Amino acid sequence: MTPPAVLALRRMYAMVLRHLYLFRKSWIRVLEMAYWPTMQMVLWGFIAKFLATNSSWVAQVPGLLVSALLLWEVLFRGQLGVALSFFEELYARNLGHLFVSPLRPLELVASMIAVSFFRTAIGVGAAIALAVALYRYSIFDLGVPLVTFFANLLVCGWAIGLMVAALVMRYGLAAENFAWGAIFVAAPVSGIYYPISVLPDWLQAVAWCLPTSHVFEGMRAVLLERTFLWREFWTAVGLNVLYVAAGIALFLAAFNGARRRGMLLQIGE
Amino acid sequence: MSPAIEVRDLVKRFGRVEAVRGISFTVARGSTCALLGGNGAGKTTTLSMLLGVLLPSAGSVRVLGEDIGRHRYRVLGRMNFTSPYVDLPKKLTVEENLRMFARLYGVRDMKRRIAALAAELDLADILARAYGTLSAGMRTRVSVAKALLNEPELILLDEPTASLDPDVGDRVRAQLLDYRRRTGATMLLASHNMPEVERMCDAVLMMRAGRIVDSGAPAELIARYGRSTMEEVFLDVARRPEPAGATAPGGLREDDE
Repeated sequence: MTPPAVLALRRMYAMVLRHLYLFRKSWIRVLEMAYWPTMQMVLWGFIAKFLATNSSWVAQVPGLLVSALLLWEVLFRGQLGVALSFFEELYARNLGHLFVSPLRPLELVASMIAVSFFRTAIGVGAAIALAVALYRYSIFDLGVPLVTFFANLLVCGWAIGLMVAALVMRYGLAAENFAWGAIFVAAPVSGIYYPISVLPDWLQAVAWCLPTSHVFEGMRAVLLERTFLWREFWTAVGLNVLYVAAGIALFLAAFNGARRRGMLLQIGE
Repeated sequence: MSPAIEVRDLVKRFGRVEAVRGISFTVARGSTCALLGGNGAGKTTTLSMLLGVLLPSAGSVRVLGEDIGRHRYRVLGRMNFTSPYVDLPKKLTVEENLRMFARLYGVRDMKRRIAALAAELDLADILARAYGTLSAGMRTRVSVAKALLNEPELILLDEPTASLDPDVGDRVRAQLLDYRRRTGATMLLASHNMPEVERMCDAVLMMRAGRIVDSGAPAELIARYGRSTMEEVFLDVARRPEPAGATAPGGLREDDE
Protein backbone atom coordinates (compact mmCIF):
# COMPACT_ATOMS: atom_id res chain seq x y z
CA MET A 1 0.00 0.00 0.00
CA THR A 2 1.34 3.43 -0.91
CA PRO A 3 2.03 5.66 2.13
CA PRO A 4 -0.27 8.73 2.41
CA ALA A 5 2.70 11.13 2.20
CA VAL A 6 3.74 9.64 -1.15
CA LEU A 7 0.18 9.93 -2.44
CA ALA A 8 0.09 13.57 -1.30
CA LEU A 9 3.37 14.25 -3.13
CA ARG A 10 1.98 12.62 -6.27
CA ARG A 11 -1.11 14.83 -6.13
CA MET A 12 1.00 17.96 -5.74
CA TYR A 13 3.24 16.81 -8.57
CA ALA A 14 0.14 16.29 -10.73
CA MET A 15 -0.88 19.90 -10.17
CA VAL A 16 2.62 21.23 -10.89
CA LEU A 17 2.81 19.09 -14.01
CA ARG A 18 -0.52 20.49 -15.17
CA HIS A 19 1.07 23.96 -15.31
CA LEU A 20 4.32 22.73 -16.81
CA TYR A 21 2.32 21.11 -19.64
CA LEU A 22 0.77 24.51 -20.20
CA PHE A 23 4.10 26.41 -20.24
CA ARG A 24 5.71 23.83 -22.50
CA LYS A 25 3.23 24.39 -25.30
CA SER A 26 2.64 28.11 -24.88
CA TRP A 27 5.79 30.17 -25.50
CA ILE A 28 3.68 33.32 -25.24
CA ARG A 29 2.93 32.54 -21.59
CA VAL A 30 6.63 32.10 -20.86
CA LEU A 31 7.44 35.30 -22.72
CA GLU A 32 4.78 37.15 -20.73
CA MET A 33 6.39 36.00 -17.48
CA ALA A 34 9.68 37.61 -18.45
CA TYR A 35 8.26 40.64 -20.28
CA TRP A 36 7.41 43.05 -17.44
CA PRO A 37 10.38 42.31 -15.18
CA THR A 38 12.66 42.86 -18.18
CA MET A 39 10.94 46.08 -19.29
CA GLN A 40 11.03 47.46 -15.76
CA MET A 41 14.66 46.55 -15.40
CA VAL A 42 15.63 48.24 -18.68
CA LEU A 43 13.78 51.44 -17.73
CA TRP A 44 15.11 51.61 -14.17
CA GLY A 45 18.55 50.55 -15.27
CA PHE A 46 18.93 53.60 -17.48
CA ILE A 47 17.42 55.89 -14.84
CA ALA A 48 19.95 54.50 -12.34
CA LYS A 49 22.76 54.99 -14.85
CA PHE A 50 21.79 58.63 -15.24
CA LEU A 51 21.37 59.20 -11.51
CA ALA A 52 24.71 57.60 -10.81
CA THR A 53 26.39 60.64 -12.35
CA ASN A 54 23.92 63.17 -10.93
CA SER A 55 23.12 61.93 -7.41
CA SER A 56 25.68 61.46 -4.69
CA TRP A 57 23.54 58.88 -2.83
CA VAL A 58 22.86 56.61 -5.79
CA ALA A 59 26.41 57.15 -7.03
CA GLN A 60 27.76 55.40 -3.92
CA VAL A 61 26.60 52.07 -5.27
CA PRO A 62 25.75 51.74 -8.95
CA GLY A 63 23.57 48.64 -8.46
CA LEU A 64 21.34 50.09 -5.76
CA LEU A 65 18.27 50.85 -7.86
CA VAL A 66 18.65 47.83 -10.13
CA SER A 67 18.97 45.51 -7.11
CA ALA A 68 15.90 47.10 -5.53
CA LEU A 69 13.95 46.68 -8.74
CA LEU A 70 14.94 43.05 -9.23
CA LEU A 71 14.08 42.18 -5.64
CA TRP A 72 10.74 43.96 -5.96
CA GLU A 73 10.04 41.80 -9.02
CA VAL A 74 10.74 38.69 -6.92
CA LEU A 75 7.98 39.78 -4.54
CA PHE A 76 5.56 40.77 -7.31
CA ARG A 77 6.16 37.68 -9.46
CA GLY A 78 5.94 35.41 -6.41
CA GLN A 79 2.53 36.83 -5.53
CA LEU A 80 1.33 36.80 -9.12
CA GLY A 81 2.54 33.22 -9.60
CA VAL A 82 0.33 31.91 -6.78
CA ALA A 83 -2.71 33.96 -7.80
CA LEU A 84 -2.43 33.10 -11.51
CA SER A 85 -2.05 29.38 -10.83
CA PHE A 86 -5.37 29.54 -9.04
CA PHE A 87 -6.96 31.67 -11.76
CA GLU A 88 -5.92 29.11 -14.41
CA GLU A 89 -8.26 26.61 -12.74
CA LEU A 90 -11.05 29.16 -12.65
CA TYR A 91 -10.61 30.09 -16.30
CA ALA A 92 -10.61 26.38 -17.20
CA ARG A 93 -13.73 25.75 -15.02
CA ASN A 94 -11.73 22.89 -13.55
CA LEU A 95 -12.00 23.65 -9.82
CA GLY A 96 -15.08 21.44 -9.50
CA HIS A 97 -13.14 18.42 -10.73
CA LEU A 98 -10.20 19.23 -8.46
CA PHE A 99 -12.28 19.66 -5.33
CA VAL A 100 -14.13 16.36 -5.82
CA SER A 101 -10.81 14.56 -6.26
CA PRO A 102 -8.64 13.48 -3.30
CA LEU A 103 -6.59 16.69 -3.66
CA ARG A 104 -6.56 18.51 -0.29
CA PRO A 105 -6.75 22.32 -0.19
CA LEU A 106 -3.30 22.46 1.44
CA GLU A 107 -1.88 20.32 -1.36
CA LEU A 108 -3.37 22.74 -3.86
CA VAL A 109 -1.70 25.59 -1.94
CA ALA A 110 1.66 23.77 -2.01
CA SER A 111 1.39 23.16 -5.75
CA MET A 112 0.49 26.81 -6.41
CA ILE A 113 3.59 27.83 -4.45
CA ALA A 114 5.79 25.45 -6.44
CA VAL A 115 4.41 26.80 -9.75
CA SER A 116 4.98 30.33 -8.48
CA PHE A 117 8.63 29.45 -7.88
CA PHE A 118 9.02 28.39 -11.54
CA ARG A 119 7.21 31.49 -12.81
CA THR A 120 9.37 33.78 -10.68
CA ALA A 121 12.58 32.05 -11.72
CA ILE A 122 11.70 32.48 -15.40
CA GLY A 123 10.50 36.09 -15.05
CA VAL A 124 13.21 37.46 -12.80
CA GLY A 125 15.92 35.24 -14.28
CA ALA A 126 15.53 36.92 -17.67
CA ALA A 127 15.75 40.39 -16.10
CA ILE A 128 18.83 39.42 -14.07
CA ALA A 129 20.57 38.17 -17.20
CA LEU A 130 19.74 41.35 -19.09
CA ALA A 131 21.07 43.51 -16.25
CA VAL A 132 24.42 41.81 -16.68
CA ALA A 133 24.34 42.31 -20.45
CA LEU A 134 23.22 45.95 -20.41
CA TYR A 135 24.80 47.43 -17.28
CA ARG A 136 27.46 44.90 -16.37
CA TYR A 137 25.70 44.60 -13.06
CA SER A 138 25.10 41.20 -11.48
CA ILE A 139 22.74 41.01 -8.54
CA PHE A 140 24.74 37.95 -7.48
CA ASP A 141 27.42 40.43 -6.34
CA LEU A 142 25.24 40.76 -3.24
CA GLY A 143 26.59 37.35 -2.28
CA VAL A 144 25.01 35.01 0.26
CA PRO A 145 22.65 37.68 1.69
CA LEU A 146 20.89 37.69 -1.69
CA VAL A 147 19.51 34.22 -0.89
CA THR A 148 17.89 35.54 2.28
CA PHE A 149 16.41 38.54 0.43
CA PHE A 150 15.05 36.31 -2.33
CA ALA A 151 13.58 33.82 0.14
CA ASN A 152 11.90 36.41 2.34
CA LEU A 153 10.39 38.31 -0.58
CA LEU A 154 9.22 35.15 -2.32
CA VAL A 155 7.52 33.90 0.84
CA CYS A 156 5.89 37.29 1.40
CA GLY A 157 4.67 37.23 -2.23
CA TRP A 158 3.17 33.76 -1.70
CA ALA A 159 1.34 34.96 1.40
CA ILE A 160 -0.20 37.90 -0.47
CA GLY A 161 -0.98 35.64 -3.46
CA LEU A 162 -2.91 33.27 -1.19
CA MET A 163 -4.87 36.20 0.21
CA VAL A 164 -5.77 37.30 -3.33
CA ALA A 165 -6.80 33.72 -4.24
CA ALA A 166 -8.99 33.64 -1.11
CA LEU A 167 -10.59 36.91 -2.15
CA VAL A 168 -11.37 35.52 -5.60
CA MET A 169 -12.76 32.31 -4.11
CA ARG A 170 -15.05 34.48 -1.97
CA TYR A 171 -16.10 37.11 -4.51
CA GLY A 172 -15.46 35.38 -7.85
CA LEU A 173 -13.44 36.66 -10.78
CA ALA A 174 -14.79 40.16 -10.13
CA ALA A 175 -11.94 40.39 -7.60
CA GLU A 176 -9.37 39.22 -10.17
CA ASN A 177 -7.79 42.66 -10.61
CA PHE A 178 -6.51 42.55 -7.04
CA ALA A 179 -3.92 40.08 -8.30
CA TRP A 180 -2.34 42.91 -10.29
CA GLY A 181 -2.92 45.73 -7.83
CA ALA A 182 -2.84 44.35 -4.27
CA ILE A 183 0.92 44.34 -3.96
CA PHE A 184 1.23 48.02 -4.90
CA VAL A 185 -0.42 48.98 -1.60
CA ALA A 186 2.77 47.74 0.03
CA ALA A 187 5.13 49.41 -2.46
CA PRO A 188 5.28 52.97 -1.05
CA VAL A 189 5.84 51.76 2.52
CA SER A 190 8.32 48.99 1.68
CA GLY A 191 11.20 51.40 1.11
CA ILE A 192 12.14 49.78 -2.17
CA TYR A 193 14.04 52.74 -3.62
CA TYR A 194 14.46 54.91 -0.50
CA PRO A 195 15.11 54.37 3.21
CA ILE A 196 12.12 53.95 5.53
CA SER A 197 13.38 57.00 7.43
CA VAL A 198 12.05 59.31 4.69
CA LEU A 199 8.48 58.30 5.52
CA PRO A 200 6.44 60.26 8.08
CA ASP A 201 6.70 58.79 11.58
CA TRP A 202 3.21 57.28 11.59
CA LEU A 203 3.83 55.64 8.21
CA GLN A 204 7.16 54.26 9.41
CA ALA A 205 5.22 52.36 12.08
CA VAL A 206 3.12 50.81 9.30
CA ALA A 207 6.21 50.07 7.20
CA TRP A 208 7.92 48.11 9.98
CA CYS A 209 4.93 45.76 10.09
CA LEU A 210 5.79 44.57 6.58
CA PRO A 211 8.50 41.95 5.96
CA THR A 212 9.40 43.77 2.74
CA SER A 213 10.61 46.95 4.46
CA HIS A 214 13.05 44.90 6.54
CA VAL A 215 14.35 43.14 3.43
CA PHE A 216 14.98 46.39 1.52
CA GLU A 217 16.64 48.00 4.55
CA GLY A 218 18.83 44.92 4.76
CA MET A 219 19.66 45.16 1.06
CA ARG A 220 20.77 48.79 1.43
CA ALA A 221 22.92 47.88 4.43
CA VAL A 222 24.70 45.21 2.38
CA LEU A 223 25.23 47.51 -0.62
CA LEU A 224 26.09 50.74 1.20
CA GLU A 225 27.75 49.54 4.40
CA ARG A 226 28.79 45.99 3.53
CA THR A 227 26.90 44.81 6.63
CA PHE A 228 24.33 42.06 6.94
CA LEU A 229 21.67 43.10 9.45
CA TRP A 230 20.64 39.91 11.21
CA ARG A 231 17.95 41.75 13.14
CA GLU A 232 16.23 42.86 9.93
CA PHE A 233 16.52 39.34 8.55
CA TRP A 234 14.95 37.66 11.57
CA THR A 235 12.21 40.28 11.84
CA ALA A 236 11.33 39.66 8.19
CA VAL A 237 11.29 35.89 8.82
CA GLY A 238 9.03 36.32 11.86
CA LEU A 239 6.63 38.59 10.01
CA ASN A 240 6.58 36.20 7.05
CA VAL A 241 5.55 33.34 9.32
CA LEU A 242 2.58 35.44 10.43
CA TYR A 243 1.73 36.53 6.87
CA VAL A 244 1.89 33.00 5.45
CA ALA A 245 -0.21 31.67 8.33
CA ALA A 246 -2.75 34.43 7.63
CA GLY A 247 -2.69 33.66 3.87
CA ILE A 248 -3.28 29.94 4.42
CA ALA A 249 -5.97 30.60 7.04
CA LEU A 250 -7.79 32.98 4.68
CA PHE A 251 -7.55 30.52 1.79
CA LEU A 252 -8.97 27.69 3.94
CA ALA A 253 -11.70 29.97 5.32
CA ALA A 254 -12.66 30.96 1.77
CA PHE A 255 -12.68 27.27 0.77
CA ASN A 256 -14.98 26.37 3.68
CA GLY A 257 -17.15 29.40 2.97
CA ALA A 258 -17.48 28.28 -0.65
CA ARG A 259 -18.47 24.83 0.58
CA ARG A 260 -21.22 26.37 2.72
CA ARG A 261 -22.51 28.56 -0.11
CA GLY A 262 -22.25 25.88 -2.79
CA MET A 263 -19.75 27.81 -4.89
CA LEU A 264 -17.05 25.17 -5.41
CA LEU A 265 -18.67 23.68 -8.52
CA GLN A 266 -19.46 27.06 -10.01
CA ILE A 267 -16.90 29.67 -8.97
CA GLY A 268 -16.39 32.09 -11.82
CA GLU A 269 -17.68 35.48 -12.77
CA MET B 1 -22.63 -4.27 3.79
CA SER B 2 -23.70 -0.64 4.16
CA PRO B 3 -25.55 1.01 1.25
CA ALA B 4 -23.47 2.96 -1.25
CA ILE B 5 -25.34 6.12 -0.28
CA GLU B 6 -27.33 6.74 2.87
CA VAL B 7 -28.99 10.13 3.28
CA ARG B 8 -30.96 11.09 6.39
CA ASP B 9 -33.11 14.22 6.87
CA LEU B 10 -30.89 16.24 4.57
CA VAL B 11 -31.61 19.96 4.46
CA LYS B 12 -29.87 22.76 2.58
CA ARG B 13 -30.84 26.37 3.04
CA PHE B 14 -29.40 29.30 1.10
CA GLY B 15 -30.49 32.22 3.23
CA ARG B 16 -34.29 32.00 3.33
CA VAL B 17 -34.50 29.60 0.42
CA GLU B 18 -34.73 25.93 1.37
CA ALA B 19 -33.31 24.15 -1.68
CA VAL B 20 -33.42 20.66 -0.14
CA ARG B 21 -36.11 19.99 2.46
CA GLY B 22 -35.31 17.08 4.71
CA ILE B 23 -34.85 14.26 2.22
CA SER B 24 -33.90 10.70 3.16
CA PHE B 25 -33.00 7.85 0.85
CA THR B 26 -30.57 5.01 0.32
CA VAL B 27 -28.92 3.68 -2.81
CA ALA B 28 -27.97 0.01 -2.72
CA ARG B 29 -24.47 -1.06 -3.77
CA GLY B 30 -24.25 -2.14 -7.37
CA SER B 31 -27.44 -0.38 -8.40
CA THR B 32 -28.01 2.54 -10.75
CA CYS B 33 -30.33 5.15 -9.37
CA ALA B 34 -31.69 8.25 -11.08
CA LEU B 35 -32.40 11.55 -9.41
CA LEU B 36 -35.16 13.15 -11.45
CA GLY B 37 -36.89 16.49 -11.23
CA GLY B 38 -37.45 19.73 -13.06
CA ASN B 39 -35.06 22.66 -12.99
CA GLY B 40 -34.62 23.89 -9.41
CA ALA B 41 -35.93 20.66 -7.88
CA GLY B 42 -32.73 20.27 -5.83
CA LYS B 43 -30.90 17.56 -7.80
CA THR B 44 -27.59 19.40 -8.25
CA THR B 45 -27.71 20.64 -4.65
CA THR B 46 -28.18 17.06 -3.50
CA LEU B 47 -25.35 15.78 -5.72
CA SER B 48 -23.06 18.53 -4.41
CA MET B 49 -23.75 17.45 -0.82
CA LEU B 50 -23.05 13.81 -1.73
CA LEU B 51 -19.68 14.92 -3.12
CA GLY B 52 -18.93 16.94 -0.02
CA VAL B 53 -18.43 20.18 -1.94
CA LEU B 54 -21.54 21.64 -0.33
CA LEU B 55 -22.12 21.51 3.41
CA PRO B 56 -25.65 20.54 4.49
CA SER B 57 -27.64 22.82 6.81
CA ALA B 58 -28.92 19.71 8.61
CA GLY B 59 -28.99 15.95 8.25
CA SER B 60 -26.36 13.40 7.41
CA VAL B 61 -24.79 11.84 4.32
CA ARG B 62 -22.91 8.55 4.37
CA VAL B 63 -21.11 7.52 1.21
CA LEU B 64 -19.53 4.04 0.90
CA GLY B 65 -19.98 3.67 4.65
CA GLU B 66 -18.24 6.93 5.58
CA ASP B 67 -19.68 10.18 6.90
CA ILE B 68 -18.89 12.52 4.00
CA GLY B 69 -18.88 15.55 6.31
CA ARG B 70 -16.19 14.11 8.58
CA HIS B 71 -14.22 11.70 6.43
CA ARG B 72 -14.54 13.14 2.95
CA TYR B 73 -11.01 12.31 1.91
CA ARG B 74 -11.40 8.65 2.84
CA VAL B 75 -14.01 8.21 0.11
CA LEU B 76 -13.17 10.74 -2.60
CA GLY B 77 -10.55 8.41 -4.06
CA ARG B 78 -13.14 5.62 -4.29
CA MET B 79 -15.71 7.66 -6.17
CA ASN B 80 -15.77 9.97 -9.17
CA PHE B 81 -17.96 12.51 -10.85
CA THR B 82 -18.74 13.98 -14.23
CA SER B 83 -20.85 16.92 -15.26
CA PRO B 84 -21.20 18.98 -18.43
CA TYR B 85 -21.06 22.08 -16.22
CA VAL B 86 -17.52 21.43 -14.98
CA ASP B 87 -14.75 21.45 -17.56
CA LEU B 88 -11.20 20.19 -17.96
CA PRO B 89 -8.21 22.42 -18.83
CA LYS B 90 -8.71 23.24 -22.50
CA LYS B 91 -5.07 23.82 -23.48
CA LEU B 92 -3.96 20.45 -22.19
CA THR B 93 -4.26 17.43 -24.45
CA VAL B 94 -6.68 14.65 -23.62
CA GLU B 95 -3.78 12.47 -22.49
CA GLU B 96 -2.28 15.21 -20.30
CA ASN B 97 -5.66 15.74 -18.66
CA LEU B 98 -6.09 12.04 -18.01
CA ARG B 99 -2.53 11.77 -16.66
CA MET B 100 -3.11 14.67 -14.30
CA PHE B 101 -6.29 13.15 -12.88
CA ALA B 102 -4.75 9.66 -12.77
CA ARG B 103 -2.04 11.10 -10.50
CA LEU B 104 -4.60 12.96 -8.40
CA TYR B 105 -6.54 9.72 -7.88
CA GLY B 106 -3.39 7.67 -7.26
CA VAL B 107 -4.06 5.35 -10.22
CA ARG B 108 -1.54 2.53 -10.46
CA ASP B 109 -0.16 1.65 -13.86
CA MET B 110 -1.44 4.90 -15.27
CA LYS B 111 -0.33 4.25 -18.85
CA ARG B 112 -2.16 0.96 -19.08
CA ARG B 113 -5.31 2.37 -17.52
CA ILE B 114 -5.39 5.33 -19.91
CA ALA B 115 -4.75 3.05 -22.89
CA ALA B 116 -7.57 0.74 -21.79
CA LEU B 117 -10.02 3.63 -21.38
CA ALA B 118 -8.94 5.11 -24.70
CA ALA B 119 -9.75 1.80 -26.37
CA GLU B 120 -13.08 1.38 -24.57
CA LEU B 121 -14.29 4.91 -25.18
CA ASP B 122 -12.81 5.28 -28.64
CA LEU B 123 -10.39 8.03 -27.59
CA ALA B 124 -7.17 6.68 -29.07
CA ASP B 125 -7.21 9.04 -32.04
CA ILE B 126 -7.76 12.14 -29.95
CA LEU B 127 -5.35 11.51 -27.06
CA ALA B 128 -2.85 14.01 -28.50
CA ARG B 129 -5.45 16.69 -29.23
CA ALA B 130 -6.06 19.69 -26.98
CA TYR B 131 -9.26 19.19 -24.97
CA GLY B 132 -10.50 22.65 -26.02
CA THR B 133 -10.49 21.68 -29.71
CA LEU B 134 -12.87 18.75 -29.23
CA SER B 135 -16.55 18.58 -30.11
CA ALA B 136 -19.15 18.33 -27.31
CA GLY B 137 -19.48 14.61 -27.90
CA MET B 138 -15.74 14.01 -27.67
CA ARG B 139 -15.49 16.13 -24.54
CA THR B 140 -18.21 14.12 -22.88
CA ARG B 141 -16.39 10.89 -23.67
CA VAL B 142 -13.20 12.34 -22.19
CA SER B 143 -15.11 13.40 -19.06
CA VAL B 144 -16.52 9.90 -18.75
CA ALA B 145 -12.98 8.49 -19.14
CA LYS B 146 -11.84 10.83 -16.36
CA ALA B 147 -14.74 9.60 -14.20
CA LEU B 148 -13.71 5.96 -14.74
CA LEU B 149 -9.93 6.47 -14.31
CA ASN B 150 -9.76 5.34 -10.70
CA GLU B 151 -12.19 2.45 -11.25
CA PRO B 152 -14.61 4.04 -8.79
CA GLU B 153 -17.02 2.11 -6.60
CA LEU B 154 -19.48 4.98 -6.93
CA ILE B 155 -19.97 7.35 -9.85
CA LEU B 156 -22.10 10.48 -9.67
CA LEU B 157 -23.20 11.54 -13.12
CA ASP B 158 -24.79 14.91 -13.68
CA GLU B 159 -26.57 14.77 -17.06
CA PRO B 160 -23.98 12.38 -18.52
CA THR B 161 -25.34 12.51 -22.07
CA ALA B 162 -26.51 16.12 -22.27
CA SER B 163 -25.73 17.71 -25.65
CA LEU B 164 -24.79 14.39 -27.24
CA ASP B 165 -26.28 13.10 -30.46
CA PRO B 166 -28.28 9.84 -30.10
CA ASP B 167 -25.44 7.71 -31.45
CA VAL B 168 -22.74 9.04 -29.10
CA GLY B 169 -25.23 9.16 -26.21
CA ASP B 170 -26.07 5.52 -26.78
CA ARG B 171 -22.40 4.54 -26.84
CA VAL B 172 -21.65 6.42 -23.63
CA ARG B 173 -24.60 4.72 -21.90
CA ALA B 174 -23.39 1.33 -23.15
CA GLN B 175 -19.92 2.02 -21.74
CA LEU B 176 -21.29 3.01 -18.36
CA LEU B 177 -23.51 -0.06 -18.21
CA ASP B 178 -20.61 -2.26 -19.24
CA TYR B 179 -18.45 -0.72 -16.51
CA ARG B 180 -21.15 -1.39 -13.93
CA ARG B 181 -21.57 -4.99 -15.11
CA ARG B 182 -17.82 -5.65 -14.91
CA THR B 183 -17.11 -3.94 -11.59
CA GLY B 184 -20.37 -3.94 -9.66
CA ALA B 185 -20.06 -0.17 -9.18
CA THR B 186 -22.94 2.00 -8.04
CA MET B 187 -24.17 4.91 -10.14
CA LEU B 188 -26.33 7.86 -9.26
CA LEU B 189 -27.31 10.04 -12.15
CA ALA B 190 -29.23 13.26 -12.48
CA SER B 191 -30.82 13.35 -15.90
CA HIS B 192 -33.59 14.86 -17.97
CA ASN B 193 -33.33 12.08 -20.52
CA MET B 194 -36.16 9.68 -19.61
CA PRO B 195 -35.36 6.89 -22.11
CA GLU B 196 -31.85 6.91 -20.61
CA VAL B 197 -33.34 6.48 -17.13
CA GLU B 198 -35.55 3.61 -18.27
CA ARG B 199 -32.60 1.88 -19.90
CA MET B 200 -29.99 2.37 -17.20
CA CYS B 201 -31.67 2.63 -13.82
CA ASP B 202 -32.93 0.14 -11.26
CA ALA B 203 -34.41 2.86 -9.08
CA VAL B 204 -35.68 6.40 -9.46
CA LEU B 205 -36.01 9.20 -6.92
CA MET B 206 -38.38 11.91 -8.09
CA MET B 207 -37.65 15.34 -6.67
CA ARG B 208 -39.79 18.40 -6.66
CA ALA B 209 -39.23 21.66 -4.81
CA GLY B 210 -36.48 20.17 -2.65
CA ARG B 211 -38.43 17.06 -1.66
CA ILE B 212 -38.49 13.47 -2.84
CA VAL B 213 -42.10 13.10 -3.90
CA ASP B 214 -41.96 9.55 -5.22
CA SER B 215 -39.57 6.67 -5.74
CA GLY B 216 -39.39 3.16 -7.14
CA ALA B 217 -38.19 1.15 -10.09
CA PRO B 218 -39.00 2.72 -13.50
CA ALA B 219 -41.44 -0.09 -14.37
CA GLU B 220 -43.17 0.27 -10.99
CA LEU B 221 -43.58 4.01 -11.40
CA ILE B 222 -44.90 3.63 -14.93
CA ALA B 223 -47.46 1.07 -13.71
CA ARG B 224 -48.40 3.12 -10.65
CA TYR B 225 -49.13 6.23 -12.67
CA GLY B 226 -50.89 4.23 -15.41
CA ARG B 227 -48.53 5.57 -18.06
CA SER B 228 -46.42 3.98 -20.78
CA THR B 229 -43.13 5.87 -20.37
CA MET B 230 -41.06 7.59 -17.68
CA GLU B 231 -41.42 10.81 -19.65
CA GLU B 232 -45.19 10.75 -18.97
CA VAL B 233 -44.60 9.93 -15.31
CA PHE B 234 -42.16 12.84 -15.09
CA LEU B 235 -44.76 15.23 -16.56
CA ASP B 236 -47.46 13.96 -14.18
CA VAL B 237 -45.21 14.60 -11.19
CA ALA B 238 -43.99 17.97 -12.45
CA ARG B 239 -47.46 19.29 -13.28
CA ARG B 240 -49.60 18.01 -10.44
CA PRO B 241 -50.50 20.39 -7.59
CA GLU B 242 -48.04 20.63 -4.67
CA PRO B 243 -48.60 17.54 -2.46
CA ALA B 244 -49.73 18.17 1.11
CA GLY B 245 -47.16 17.04 3.70
CA ALA B 246 -44.48 14.59 2.85
CA THR B 247 -46.59 11.71 1.60
CA ALA B 248 -46.29 10.85 -2.05
CA PRO B 249 -49.39 9.83 -4.10
CA GLY B 250 -48.29 6.25 -4.29
CA GLY B 251 -48.47 6.04 -0.51
CA LEU B 252 -44.70 6.13 -0.13
CA ARG B 253 -43.09 8.35 2.43
CA GLU B 254 -39.99 10.31 1.46
CA ASP B 255 -37.60 7.83 3.00
CA ASP B 256 -39.18 4.73 1.49
CA GLU B 257 -37.14 3.05 -1.20
